[in-house]
Amino acid sequence: MNDPVMLKTEDLRVHFPVKSGLLLRQTGAVKAVDGISLELGVGETLGLVGESGCGKSTFGKALVRLLDPTSGKITFEGRDITHLSQRQLRPMRRDFQMIFQDPAESLDARMNVRSIIEEPFRIHKMGTRVERKKWVDELLETVGLSNRASERYPFEFSGGQRQRIGIARALALKPKWLVCDEPVSALDVSVQSQILNLLVELQKEFDLSYLFIAHDLSVVKHVSDRVAVMYLGKIVELADSEEIYRNPKHAYTKALLSAVPVADPTAKRHDRILLEGDVPSPIDPPNGSAFGHRINHPRYDETVGLDMSLREISPRHWVAADPCSLEEEDWQKLSS
Amino acid sequence: MSVENVLEVDRLITSFETERGLLRAVDQVSFKIPKGKTVGIVGESGCGKSVTAMSIVGLLPQPWGKVLGGDIRFKGEDILQCSSKRMTQIRGGEIGVIFQEPMAALNPVHRIGRQVAEVFRIHKNMSKKDAWDAATEMLDLLRIPAPEKRMMDYPHHLSGGMRQRVVIALALACRPDLVIADEPTTALDVTVQAQILDLLGSLQDEMGMSVMLITHDLGVIAESCDEVVVMYAGRVVESAPVNELFENPLHAYTRALLRSIPTLETPHKSVLPTIPGTVAGLGDHSHGCRFCQRLGIESPVSRERPPFEEVQPGHWVEICNYCSES
Repeated sequence: MNDPVMLKTEDLRVHFPVKSGLLLRQTGAVKAVDGISLELGVGETLGLVGESGCGKSTFGKALVRLLDPTSGKITFEGRDITHLSQRQLRPMRRDFQMIFQDPAESLDARMNVRSIIEEPFRIHKMGTRVERKKWVDELLETVGLSNRASERYPFEFSGGQRQRIGIARALALKPKWLVCDEPVSALDVSVQSQILNLLVELQKEFDLSYLFIAHDLSVVKHVSDRVAVMYLGKIVELADSEEIYRNPKHAYTKALLSAVPVADPTAKRHDRILLEGDVPSPIDPPNGSAFGHRINHPRYDETVGLDMSLREISPRHWVAADPCSLEEEDWQKLSS
Repeated sequence: MSVENVLEVDRLITSFETERGLLRAVDQVSFKIPKGKTVGIVGESGCGKSVTAMSIVGLLPQPWGKVLGGDIRFKGEDILQCSSKRMTQIRGGEIGVIFQEPMAALNPVHRIGRQVAEVFRIHKNMSKKDAWDAATEMLDLLRIPAPEKRMMDYPHHLSGGMRQRVVIALALACRPDLVIADEPTTALDVTVQAQILDLLGSLQDEMGMSVMLITHDLGVIAESCDEVVVMYAGRVVESAPVNELFENPLHAYTRALLRSIPTLETPHKSVLPTIPGTVAGLGDHSHGCRFCQRLGIESPVSRERPPFEEVQPGHWVEICNYCSES
């Protein structure tokens, strides 16, 4: 990393208990996030991609402590925030905010736009009434809404405008980093690009860091400096954005990239890799390589009990050391 | 009326009755679906693409939705005039429908087997046992592993991709001439989407059916359609064969739409071209060019609808000189 590290997770795990039977004893756990170690630099965008159910949203929520991690460690600017109580966290909450996928659900329908954006100031007891009014107007301008919007209610706005309101609220306390959880996937194509441009612009202006969670790989590539690919609770590949798209190493990353429909009919049906089956259940994940299990790889048995943590295959390019998912040459390089 | 077209929609008008009066969701939409081909209908939310589909199969929300004008000819038959009994035969029998949300299309309290077999019982008058066997075969055709076991499952037992396969099985059970797929892969992950589109393509080759594929994803259009119809605010603004549309888009809206999507080749963090404004609500549609309305262009023809003309064989476009210049 060139940039100073702002946020760091070490072996972060979030497990949800599965209870069953008459006494509701815990019979298992959904291993939504299963050992993730990542670093996020100042002013950096880290893209996080993966299929639904791979745990990417859970990871995002655990980072801003909307969910409690089961084990592992989250360090923000050198301070361990993993076990701080919500009360202790409150002063730090200014520094990290979240933008949600569905702006219709994340805005209170009974509050007008002004009270929605003003709420963070009130909670943190900042400013006088006049000051707050001024701040709200400034925020609306920053996200490209007119200040006439402030007296209206969320339902009066289109999806894109609502997402702008959500962004204005997230920016209110001048955070240092934001978790953007699928911020554009509920929006129309022509509005998507408006919001993406806004996010990139705001990042430059306020030197923000983003954890950008999405399933659309073209969108992630566009905004991210580095990209992490997540599969069943684990990161399987991590590299600079250009590098991972040009030179993917993990078979899952390759399949994911080849599955993206390209808006060019002449490029029809390039070498698409079709994956069989679905993502295995995170309740009882396979002991060995989860990806090898899905595609019934002949070397699956070898991977049971094997340490498949991320290794650096080339400078700044990390990939899980899994013989089922790597080319023989790459596997030799990593395992030697 | 030619035999080559399975479906011909001509100047279809569909309106909804609301508190604010009649809202015209589909405003004189015309297109054709040739036999054995896939026609993509693309547009943003609220452009009327789903309402067009629901008008074809007579599933408009009642009592609010009404077809107020135009013609829909299916294999030469005027299906707007046919009896509701005949419509029931067509729907599910000769026209299959695949809905976006597989969970909503399946009945949660019945086993998969019963739901698929029901199609055969109703449309083919099969005995219980024959229908069950035919249903198992259908699941197998859709490459659902262990079909006998899956027949006994309830919808919630299955993953999203598997559920969508069951919905496709329902739609294809009677080997229809036309399948209307309304955003069939929008709720699915990219890898599963690739599986489903691939499967749909190969079944189409096998059965020789036509597909009307409704989507907002131009990537999906480029990869699986032969012809494309671009809709904006209740109207068709452009329609052309797929290669022609992507190489030579003529309408300002089509061009803007194509430019605004980031691809894997778009330079990192560059400013994406955007379309100003948002899609107009149904209530405030203008009579003139609706894309001019979105761009805020005041034009002398704002009261008149631009002409829809064939500029090259098979390439139709709504010709408005004002928005195409901006």
